[in-house]
Order: sequence, then structure tokens, then C-alpha cells
Amino acid sequence: MALDRSDVEKIAHLARLQIDEQDIPEYTKNLSSILDLVDQMQAVDTSDVEPMANALDAVQRLRADVVTEENNRDKLQSVAPAVENGLFQVPKVIE
Amino acid sequence: MEWEAVIGLEIHAQLATNSKIFSGASTAFGAEPNTQACAVDLALPGTLPVFNEEALRMAVKFGLAIDANIGRTSVFDRKNYFYPDLPKGYQTSQLFFPIVGEGHVDITLEDGTTKRVGVTRAHLEEDAGKSLHDEFPGMTGIDLNRAGTPLLEIVSEPDMRSAEEAVAYVRKIHSIVTSLGICDGNMAEGSFRCDCNVSVRLKGEEEFGTRTETKNINSFRFIEKAILGEIDRQIDLIEDGGRVVQETRLYDANKNETRSMRSKEEANDYRYFPCPDLLPIVIDEDYIDVIRDNLPELPDARKARFIEEYKLSDYDAMVLSGDHHMATYFETVAKAAGDSKLTANWVMGELSKHLNQNDTTIADSPVSADQLGGLLVRIKDNTISGNIAKKVFEAMWSEGGTADEIIEAKGLKQVTDTGAIEKIVDDVIANCTKQVEQYTSAEPEKRGKMIGFFMGQVMKATGGKANPGAVTGILKKKLDALCD
Repeated sequence: MALDRSDVEKIAHLARLQIDEQDIPEYTKNLSSILDLVDQMQAVDTSDVEPMANALDAVQRLRADVVTEENNRDKLQSVAPAVENGLFQVPKVIE
Repeated sequence: MEWEAVIGLEIHAQLATNSKIFSGASTAFGAEPNTQACAVDLALPGTLPVFNEEALRMAVKFGLAIDANIGRTSVFDRKNYFYPDLPKGYQTSQLFFPIVGEGHVDITLEDGTTKRVGVTRAHLEEDAGKSLHDEFPGMTGIDLNRAGTPLLEIVSEPDMRSAEEAVAYVRKIHSIVTSLGICDGNMAEGSFRCDCNVSVRLKGEEEFGTRTETKNINSFRFIEKAILGEIDRQIDLIEDGGRVVQETRLYDANKNETRSMRSKEEANDYRYFPCPDLLPIVIDEDYIDVIRDNLPELPDARKARFIEEYKLSDYDAMVLSGDHHMATYFETVAKAAGDSKLTANWVMGELSKHLNQNDTTIADSPVSADQLGGLLVRIKDNTISGNIAKKVFEAMWSEGGTADEIIEAKGLKQVTDTGAIEKIVDDVIANCTKQVEQYTSAEPEKRGKMIGFFMGQVMKATGGKANPGAVTGILKKKLDALCD
């Protein structure tokens, strides 16, 4: 399956990635070849194979509903670029 | 042209767990910003989710309560989008294999008819954090305390045809989740939120019209108003030759109108895929059976019991059993007072009036069920009349205290001593010669009405404390004696 330029631009936008104009043909080629591999796998007949979520056939383990975390705000916010009154600060996201 | 509305609702119910859906941070409401947001909630690198067993149990409870298929294997998926209050860049949700499949609830409308509304699905997901846009110039503040709070998103079929039906459905779901104890139902705090999908079409059409989704509605009354407003807006638009645009709208309670949210630069593309950090959740029949056997009483059963046990009318039973807090309150008062009709009148009358006027709910009522029960006991045993009881209730509402304390402190005890009442009646008769003359010269069948005047005088003299029944009897006896 071949992607075109607009597909790559859309994927980049959805992932919030800024890509250089000159690199787009390269990305288009690489991503298309990944999809080619997927196509190849899709061609295998799996109609009699049970779907599996992981190789060990494990299921989700559950956690007891207990509060185990303490307030570590100061520590956790020490790596944030901007903090005010206990709130993380980001550029305004609404007009 | 006759129009018809088509309404489907998405309800987000915060599950009343102690800790978050994938981390051990507290879910308590109202904490200082970011003091309940741990490394998992902040999506710091290297953290992994571990699923909360209570969130699963609560979701299954709901599924059983609406007679739904429970997903024996359910899977978490990632819903990808960027917003600062969603630090992972995706919301962990369920798309392809939700925990609760198709079910239904029955709603009762004001005219007494019932209607079945389909529930398409209910799935588990995590809540996002909160964005505060107005506090800092040019910046948005992010509080991630709410991030990771478990949500059950309950999606209805587009089965509702009016705002009334939609509100009845929301109330029913609210009643079920609060009765199950899986959600506190507090709409003001955002524990129970509703998004309304509304479209209109000509009556008789098969095809649905283009729908809009209105978000941000946090009370039953606003749901009704928002839907009514949106229906009118769409009809006007189409009749004026325009067309409805599929979009997300916000309800503005101050202006009572919906308005378009910031225009989306493109259609959402969430690129759902199974979350590789979480394995499928597999539950067996035993697990489901144990939950089914331990389900608490549900609203429909409770309504039937209220009619049977308390001899309430269908309407009274519906009002009193609908809200879990209301039902518990009613039963506590009824048991204390030993009179269900009197209790129903007070809870639906005086108490509800005060709750509405003060914009509060029965869960936060300043007059507790025990207090009201104590008051009704004093009406029943003739310590006070119904009118005096209203005064006691006022005092209870504003200052607190038990009925007995207030009656004692304010000297409101009813005078039932016939000797004392007779003396006052004698005084009134002696002082009102003109009215007594009118009474004695009137036709006997007209006298009944005229007794009201003397009644008023006696009540005035006793500050309303004389037992009305005793006063009427004595007045009648003494006045009629003068007639011969």
C-alpha cells in the first residue's frame, strides 16, 4: 500500500511532529514499505488461529482499591518547565 | 410541517472508588491542585498502569442492573488526541470490547406511560485533568488531580424523542448508579455528566438528521433546557433554508443557549488501537454470579415496595424512590414518625420546597431525617399543630436543634388542657358580642362557616398553640348553647 505526501503530512500533524519539507519523500517511502510488510502479513490465512493478546496468554492482573500514593507534588513539579500555585503552566490552549 | 427530535445521550459517571483506575492515587474531590496526581497519572516515562479491581466490579454491577450482556473478555484501547490535561497523549478507554454490552432501562413519563430506552454499551475509561484558562494571562493552568479517576461512559441508543424523555432517562440512570453505590451522583462536582446528541427530522422520516453534541451540562434542569433550545435552533435553521452542521456545542446556563465550541480544524481522528500496556480483562461466571447475588435494591423494585409497604400513590412512590438519598431519607422519617402519608407530604412539601429555594440537595439537607422524624412525632402526638410544626421546621432549618428543644425553647407546646381552652373561649365570646349575635341569629346551616372567626380569635389569643380540634369542639358547644 503506497502512501502519498498528504498522508504523511496528516500523520505528522496528528502526532504533532514538525517535519522538514525535504524529508517528506523519504518518510513516504519508508512508511509505505512498512505497510507493504503489513500487507504481506495480511495475506497469511489465519482463519483457524485464535487471536491472542500476548505470547504467554496471560490476563490482566487486578489491584486492590487502596490509596497507596502520597502527595509528592513538590518533587514531581521540580522537573516541570513552569508551575504556578501548584498548577502546571502551559501556553494558553483556548481563545 | 411537524418535526420530531431524535436524542441519544452519553453519560459519564465517575465511579466511587478510593483510588484511581490505574494508580494508587486518591480520587477525593476538592484537594489542593496536583496533590493527588502521582507519576502514573502524570504519565512520567517508565510508569505502567495497574487496573483497579473495584472499578471492574462497579461496572459489572451496572451492567447487571440494566440487564446487559457483560463482556467476559474486555479490552482497553488507546484513544489518541493531544490536550494538556491528558498527559499521556491518549485516553485509556474501551472501544472494541467494552465491559458492558447492550442493555436497557424503562422510564416513566409524567402522563404515567412507560418507555424502554436502549443502552448501546457502557465502557470503562479514565477521566482527564482540569484546565484553568482564566487565572493566568496567556497561560493555562493544569490540575491533574482528576486525571485517572475511573469513569463509566454509558451510551444510549437514539431512542428518545423529547427533552422530557431525555431527562427521565438521565434521572433513571442517576437513580440506578446512586442506588448501586457506584457513583455519588453529584452533578455540581462533575461526578455525573451528560452529553446530548440531538437531531431533528420530519415526523415519519426514517433517516436521522444531522446531529450536534452538546457538552458541559451539569443539572437535570439544564439538560432539559439545553435540549429544548437545541431542538428549536435546528428547526428554525432548517425552516430558514439552512442546514445543521455536525459539531460540538456548549451549553451556557446564564444565557440559556447552546453555542458552537471553537471550530475544529479537522474531524477527530482518534486512531484507536488496543493498549499494549494492559492485558485483556477476563471474568468468569462465578465472578458475575456473586455480584448479581449481592446487588442492592434497584429503583424499580424500591418504587413497587414503597407502594406496597407504605401505601403510597404511584406518583408519590416514584418521586420518593427515584433518588437514592431521597428514598433513604423518606424511609428513616417514615419509620420514626410511624405515618407514611404524613412523611410523604412533609418530604415532598416543606422539605423539598426549602431544598429548592436554597438550591441544595437532600444529601446536604440541613434538617436530617432524624430531626424531621422527631418533628412529625410531635404532630402525631398532638404536642404541636401542623402550622406550628412549620415554624419549628423553619427554626430547625436555620438554627438546627431537635423538635423537642425548639418547642421547649420557644414555648410552642400545644394547649390541649380543655379547662384553659374553655376559659379563653369564654373571654372571646364575652368580648365579641356583635359576632355572637350574628351567629345566634343566623340560619343553623350557616353557622358552621361563621365559627371560623371565633377560631381565629382563640388562636390569636393563644399564639396558635391551642389544639384546633379541641377549640372547635368547645366553641361549637358554647355558641350553640347561646342559640336556644
